[in-house]
Amino acid sequence: MAELLKIKNLSIGIDGKEILHGLNLEINSGEIHAVMGRNGSGKSTFSNALMGHPAYKISTGEINFNGTLINNLKPNERAKLGLFLGFQYPLSIPGVTVANFLRQANKALKGDAVSPRDFRKLLYEKMDDLEIDHVFATRYINDGFSGGEKKRMEILQMAMLEPKLAILDEPDSGLDIDSLKLVAQSINKYKEKNPSVSVLLITHYQRMLDYIKPDKVHVFVDGNIVESGGPELALELEKKGYDWLTEKEAVKA
Amino acid sequence: MALELNNEYQYGFHDSEENYAFKSGRGLTKEIVLSISKMKNEPQWMTEFRLKSLEIFYKKPMPKWGNTQLISEIDFENIFYYVKSSEKQEKNWEDVPKEIKNTFDRLGIPEAERKFLAGVSAQYESEVVYHSLREDLKKLGVLFLDMDSGLREHPEIVKKYFSTIIPPEDNKFAALNSAVWSGGSFIYVPPNTKVEIPLQAYFRINTENMGQFERTLIIADEGSSVHYIEGCTAPTYSSDSLHSAVVELIALKNAKIRYTTIQNWSKNVYNLVTKRAVAHEGAVVEWLDGNMGSKLTMKYPSIYLVGEKAHGEVVSVALASGSDQHQDAGAKIIHAAPNTTSVIISKSISRNGGRASYRGLLKVLKGAANVKSSVKCDALMLDEKSRSDTYPTMEIDEQGVQIEHEATVSKIEDEKLFYLMSRGLSEEQAKLMIVNGFMEPFVKELPMEYAVELNRLIELEMEGAVG
Ligand SMILES: Nc1ncnc2c1ncn2[C@@H]1O[C@H](COP(=O)(O)OP(=O)(O)O)[C@@H](O)[C@H]1O
Ligand SMILES: [Mg+2]
Repeated sequence: MAELLKIKNLSIGIDGKEILHGLNLEINSGEIHAVMGRNGSGKSTFSNALMGHPAYKISTGEINFNGTLINNLKPNERAKLGLFLGFQYPLSIPGVTVANFLRQANKALKGDAVSPRDFRKLLYEKMDDLEIDHVFATRYINDGFSGGEKKRMEILQMAMLEPKLAILDEPDSGLDIDSLKLVAQSINKYKEKNPSVSVLLITHYQRMLDYIKPDKVHVFVDGNIVESGGPELALELEKKGYDWLTEKEAVKA
Repeated sequence: MALELNNEYQYGFHDSEENYAFKSGRGLTKEIVLSISKMKNEPQWMTEFRLKSLEIFYKKPMPKWGNTQLISEIDFENIFYYVKSSEKQEKNWEDVPKEIKNTFDRLGIPEAERKFLAGVSAQYESEVVYHSLREDLKKLGVLFLDMDSGLREHPEIVKKYFSTIIPPEDNKFAALNSAVWSGGSFIYVPPNTKVEIPLQAYFRINTENMGQFERTLIIADEGSSVHYIEGCTAPTYSSDSLHSAVVELIALKNAKIRYTTIQNWSKNVYNLVTKRAVAHEGAVVEWLDGNMGSKLTMKYPSIYLVGEKAHGEVVSVALASGSDQHQDAGAKIIHAAPNTTSVIISKSISRNGGRASYRGLLKVLKGAANVKSSVKCDALMLDEKSRSDTYPTMEIDEQGVQIEHEATVSKIEDEKLFYLMSRGLSEEQAKLMIVNGFMEPFVKELPMEYAVELNRLIELEMEGAVG
């Protein structure tokens, strides 16, 4: 399969402090990669940097997406190329309805092809998949939503905007088991419909991977990938904990 | 006539004045006031009222609130107090003089009327040039006329209510309006009559250094309801014009009046307007006030809740855009009876060096027991050079009142911009979306066509918002 994302020697800093140190990663189209790691190991820094958050500065390295060097592209330009970030902490935008927001985003990404009626129909279909009540279409984005509702809303946005690479930053945190299943199902459904889509799934629990089968698993420690492997790596982590890898790192160093 | 639309201000074109019927000299004298009254063939009491008001205007000092620096720069000697563009008022759109018709056509007025209005009045300079009201409303006894015709045709109603809410002594600009007023709307809704679709008036200033002093009086009789909308524009000139209206609303027992303003004056208009309403027992008055454009706006729609269970609301937005613009807007609510309730929602946006101020008064008189009120002021500043201030005043002379007060000042957060941009919106689109969201509590109250228009105006103002 074709290479979709290629990251070489990527170092990222914020406020002058380096958080990621020379990271390498390749994702082919159609693959699901899971990234695991403790709180504070740099997972969100990584995902924000991939999407082009202006505060996260690249000091070394390259991010290539679908054959384009995107280091200097703005977030909206990256979105147009097919990147999507499901936020760990989605923000609320009072006064802007979910439907209006998605319609404008859709227009920005794909042009004005769909009629308002078709758009609504599509939106309701996807909402049904996620068991989101249609009234949410007229609610303001994440305004007064519960944690679980926010997470499902991120997945809804992914399903509507149809990216080539979906970076999902802890789509499972704060969810009860039923919501977690729904979110996982919905990601799987999107994958089934669009087999060439790639997913970079950030999580710190093995649980999510019972529902979404990753092709590769990477483990983050202190701002770098210290171990990569197949799905079995996640299980091993579950058993042995992160200390096992931290110690391994210490021995290497 | 060439279209002289400029980028900054969409309604910045102006028309030729050569066919005007009458234009007073500059400056304000007793002779001008007398000649206005004479030309209008007014009853004696109105002529005397004007002359008395003129005396008050001469004596009254400038207001001590708002932007005292800017108002002190108004040159009263350099203003045309009365300009008549056409000899008569038309009922058929086709008969309106061509130049004037072109203007309103460009502003989309006749089209708007066809689509969704029950009645329309178009004022050009000092006089209403076009007027219409749907037949079914006429049959119900609804009166919707320009103020001059109202005085001529229904002198008894006008005399009973005119200036009872805002006396000329109220402030210098109310006195000025009382002396030289011309045009404006007169509305009377008979008991238990509901006017379901809005009545609209449109105000347009065309002459440089023009003063527009319309006078509006709305009386909703017991159990009736009405929604009135006004829109305002003027061309862009190098020197200033003055718009100083007086608006009086009277909602009798259980009546409801909603008054919506969308003003988008050009940047050389002083907009100094006195708006006040009285709500009797069980009545509801709502001011919806959208302030864009102008050089300085000073406007604080007020509501006197004089009857039990009366309810008042003032919902306003102001957009101050550029260092040459100050929006000093707010609300006043006076609870003068028990069990009255009120809501004030004020939203202001300042950008590009603009200044937005909220000035509010909430007053609960002794004896007005069991009052509930909620005041919410939110300011959004789009950059460092802009300014926002709040001057809330509360005077509570009664115990056991329930008052909620909340004020916020915010900026557009980078995290929110990043969130929206990650979905494909450009920085400009993302900012506009946040601004529109901020204004939503106001916009959602507007009829759809106006909401669309307002959003479009904001978009125009915000163009080039990324600096
Ligand atoms: N905006 C920021 N300012 C300063 N430090 C930050 C910022 N964002 C992240 N960090 C720091 O970077 C490190 C990695 O954080 P983060 O990427 O959020 O980890 P994770 O998502 O794996 O929990 C932490 O030490 C955190 O404090
Ligand atoms: Mg994180």
